[in-house]
Amino acid sequence: MHLTVNGKNTVIADKESLSIPGLLDELNVEDPLYVTVELNGDIMERINFDNIVVRDGDEIEFLYFMGGGRG
Amino acid sequence: MLTEEQIERYQRHIALKEVGGKGQRKLLDGRVLIIGAGGLGAPAALYLAAAGVGTIGLVDADTVDLTNLQRQVIHFTPDIGKAKVISAREKMAAINPGIEVNTYEEWAHAGNIMGIIIGYDFVIDGTDNFAAKFLINDACVLAGIPYSHAGILRFDGQTITVKPGESACYRCIFPGPPPKDAIPTCSQTGVIGVLPGVLGIIQATEAIKFLLGKGELLTGRMLIYNALEMDFNEVRINRDPKCPICGETPSILELKDEVDAVTHCDLGKK
Repeated sequence: MHLTVNGKNTVIADKESLSIPGLLDELNVEDPLYVTVELNGDIMERINFDNIVVRDGDEIEFLYFMGGGRG
Repeated sequence: MLTEEQIERYQRHIALKEVGGKGQRKLLDGRVLIIGAGGLGAPAALYLAAAGVGTIGLVDADTVDLTNLQRQVIHFTPDIGKAKVISAREKMAAINPGIEVNTYEEWAHAGNIMGIIIGYDFVIDGTDNFAAKFLINDACVLAGIPYSHAGILRFDGQTITVKPGESACYRCIFPGPPPKDAIPTCSQTGVIGVLPGVLGIIQATEAIKFLLGKGELLTGRMLIYNALEMDFNEVRINRDPKCPICGETPSILELKDEVDAVTHCDLGKK
């Protein structure tokens, strides 16, 4: 399937759909326990991750904690 | 009214139809608080001082360290050991003696932050830890003061402007802080020195636009920057009706420190 991930076209071969944990694993997303996931403009609740299905054409944004700035 | 000296100093602002003499007066009457006089706060403070923002507050309890100088461009080598807020105020006064700089040589915490932020028009979060970032979000949301969030790590940065009650807040994106030490800090993983320059100046730009009442603020969208790829990505962020502080039934009704979010780096601070 073809996805748009953080604004970039991303192809996931041999998969028609994935759950969010499956997608995080497939894309080797850093800090999968803490990343915020937005699907087609809506932020997904972590407790529902297992039940959310990502399909061809979906737009995904991963939002990471970034704590630096002052020090 | 502007003095002759001010008209000359701010001529390039006044020449802009979006600013003009009236807009410059708004900047001179404006009050911006910068929490953290480090990587993000340094460029923000320099540009806001140069722009003639009339009252600028600086909050930081730290002193200048040699490792700061790779990116915290408001502090110079002879400032090592000096309080950051004092070092910063000296440079700002040298750039523009016509502005007032209020210094708060303390860490922001749940017990003092309201007393500091009340009376400012806009707040810039230039802090380096999640406890402070969530505290600033909560204080600004509860006080109804717009603010600019930014965070940096390695070659990546993110920033969003929050107008409480109107646009998404930090907790709409991240309901709570990550556990202590779950996310690396800049001191552990490094940060390219120019990165906070880019982000801090975007924050200063937001403060200036807010004071002028011109343009579109970076609300409802997070700007994500990668310096290695020179890539800017914008992610639309809607308000979360379930947000613990700005949602329909908020669970956070008063400020508290996110003690679990204090990083290892903070604990080791001298």
